[in-house]
Amino acid sequence: MRSNRIEIWVGIFILLGLAALTMLAVQVSNAGGAGGDTYRVNAHFDNIGGLTEKAPVMIGGVRVGRVGVIGIDTDSYRAVVGLDIDARYDTLPADTSASILTAGLLGAQFVGLQPGADDFYLEDGDRLEITQSAIQLESLISQFMFSQGRGGEQ
Amino acid sequence: MVEAKGVDFAFGAGARAIYRGLDLVVPRGKVTVILGPSGCGKSTFLSLVGGRLRPGRGEVLFDGAPIPPPGSARLFAMRRSMGMLFQSSALLTDLSVFDNVAFPLREQTKLPEELIRIVVLLKLEMVGLRGARGLMPAELSGGMQRRVALARAIALDPELVMYDEPFVGLDPISMGVIVKLIRELNDALGLTSIVVTHDVSEGRAIADYLYLLGDGRVIGHGRPADMADSDLPQVKQFMGGLPDGPVAFHYPADALGDDLGAGGRGGAAAARAAETVRFAP
Amino acid sequence: MKLIAALGAWAIAFVARLGASFLFLLRALAGAGRALPRFSLVVEQLYAIGVLTLLIILVSGLFVGMVLGLQGYYQLVNFSAESSLGLVVALFLVRELGPVLSALLFAGRAGSALTAEIGLMKATDQLAAMEMMAVDPFARVIGPRFVAGLIAMPLLAALLSAVGVLGGYLIGHGQFGVDPGVYWSSMQNGVDLVDDVLNGIIKSVVFGFVITWVALFEGYAAPPTSEGVSRATTRTVVASSLAVLGGDYILTALMFGGL
Repeated sequence: MRSNRIEIWVGIFILLGLAALTMLAVQVSNAGGAGGDTYRVNAHFDNIGGLTEKAPVMIGGVRVGRVGVIGIDTDSYRAVVGLDIDARYDTLPADTSASILTAGLLGAQFVGLQPGADDFYLEDGDRLEITQSAIQLESLISQFMFSQGRGGEQ
Repeated sequence: MVEAKGVDFAFGAGARAIYRGLDLVVPRGKVTVILGPSGCGKSTFLSLVGGRLRPGRGEVLFDGAPIPPPGSARLFAMRRSMGMLFQSSALLTDLSVFDNVAFPLREQTKLPEELIRIVVLLKLEMVGLRGARGLMPAELSGGMQRRVALARAIALDPELVMYDEPFVGLDPISMGVIVKLIRELNDALGLTSIVVTHDVSEGRAIADYLYLLGDGRVIGHGRPADMADSDLPQVKQFMGGLPDGPVAFHYPADALGDDLGAGGRGGAAAARAAETVRFAP
Repeated sequence: MKLIAALGAWAIAFVARLGASFLFLLRALAGAGRALPRFSLVVEQLYAIGVLTLLIILVSGLFVGMVLGLQGYYQLVNFSAESSLGLVVALFLVRELGPVLSALLFAGRAGSALTAEIGLMKATDQLAAMEMMAVDPFARVIGPRFVAGLIAMPLLAALLSAVGVLGGYLIGHGQFGVDPGVYWSSMQNGVDLVDDVLNGIIKSVVFGFVITWVALFEGYAAPPTSEGVSRATTRTVVASSLAVLGGDYILTALMFGGL
């Protein structure tokens, strides 16, 4: 029957469309991983280089969260980076340190965490005390050149 | 049944007036034929009765109530007792013959499908096309399309059926069928019919009462026999199909000699040329 | 003087047409509201508008995704950044190409068909006949098509994006050997559900609205001749394509420009 065939096709069309939407949501975007609960810890840096919001937060190369917000502490004028850590990683030691690293020589920057040995765990709103700022290629090069220059004089 | 009182109408302000003081009465239960030359606004009258247009001045009454009535709900209610046959048949091209006739029933009533089937088949039987119910409009001849459209127009058992140029573009057999159908349906179902046409012979054959329109008003009316014997020159010209008369053969223009440039250079030649084509029809 | 008069006449006609199209939109929206309870009418139109556009969308999506895979890889490999291929392909598709390309194809395939259909229905008195049968063409004809256009467009855009991402994967993994895990994870790390996917969907809904509106109005306002209908069909494709591209710029500036 004609109308029946139309209904079947429309049903297929809508199912396909919804499947595509689901795929975009789950497989393509981050909704599958970071849809769950997170807790926020803050890290203060002198210089965050090219770090952007939503950059990954990694421990040993495994993504455990993402950069939620980047701002300035108006007292110290240091950069404050809010890290949204997945709630299932709730046993990070309180003396964990954070550093801003680069994937490859020119790749995107991310926050790497090095867990410490404290008995207390990080909780929502905690502050990471030990941080290492982004390594800037320009300052590395200038350091290298100045030290070369001094070496030549002596 | 339908009455026009002093109707003025034009398509938009400043446009050419279609009607100037149209007065017309359509008696109940009769076939009223409205005759007139092409472009005189015969079909416009049907649009006014159907409430698709609004008279500029005066009023059109249907059963004593003005058309269009205030509010679209009441207009739609009024249209439910009207059926209309369009010149182009206006069948819905993506529906079969059966579904086309069933369309107004399905839209306007909550009848169960078995009942709709019975009504549709009866209506199709009246126009002799019960056997064609499975076909699509594109598979029908022009005459058959018009019969299907007629079945659709009477599907809701209207009191008034309007026919817009029902005889145009039909072969003699189809024409005879339509003439017979209009007459029979009118008498058998107790309808009131308005037929708009410029076909004098078919119009006369079918009419109980004739109106002749021209210059935006009624220029003659009466029973067909009276109209044929009328002494009014305009009526005479139209009923007899004479090329010249009150409705002039020539569209109004300057004298031909002036138009061709008589008086200027080569004026004499132009005047001679004008002389040779001037003839009295 | 003549030029100024022509300009004036054009401006008056333009404003009049704009006003007519807005009045039309109001009636179409009212008709759409009344069409919703009779969803079988919408389903019929979803078939005509959505299903019949499906094939061209899927094929185009696949090829666009494959081209993105090729071009993206050639550029990224210069920076040894081919691990970001999935991200590049997905962002292009989800943010821009999915909504815009599907909208352009939709305008060409479904929009022109809508205009021609409505124009012909008007030219052959079908709409007038409906009115005389006390059926409102806005509820019976225009409304269902409007709803169907609004539903079909985001689904088609999502399909184009999804198929495109697969096409990019086909090229990235199949031809260049990009690791599947890297392809998908770079995508998941970089594409945001709200900022990218949702905004893309909003875009496509807006495009669907505009195209269906233009197409239905052009058909409804077309002179009832075959020439008038064919001109209206052309105008639908031109006008709605321009509206999509211009609207895309505005929407992109609003959504991704931090405004």
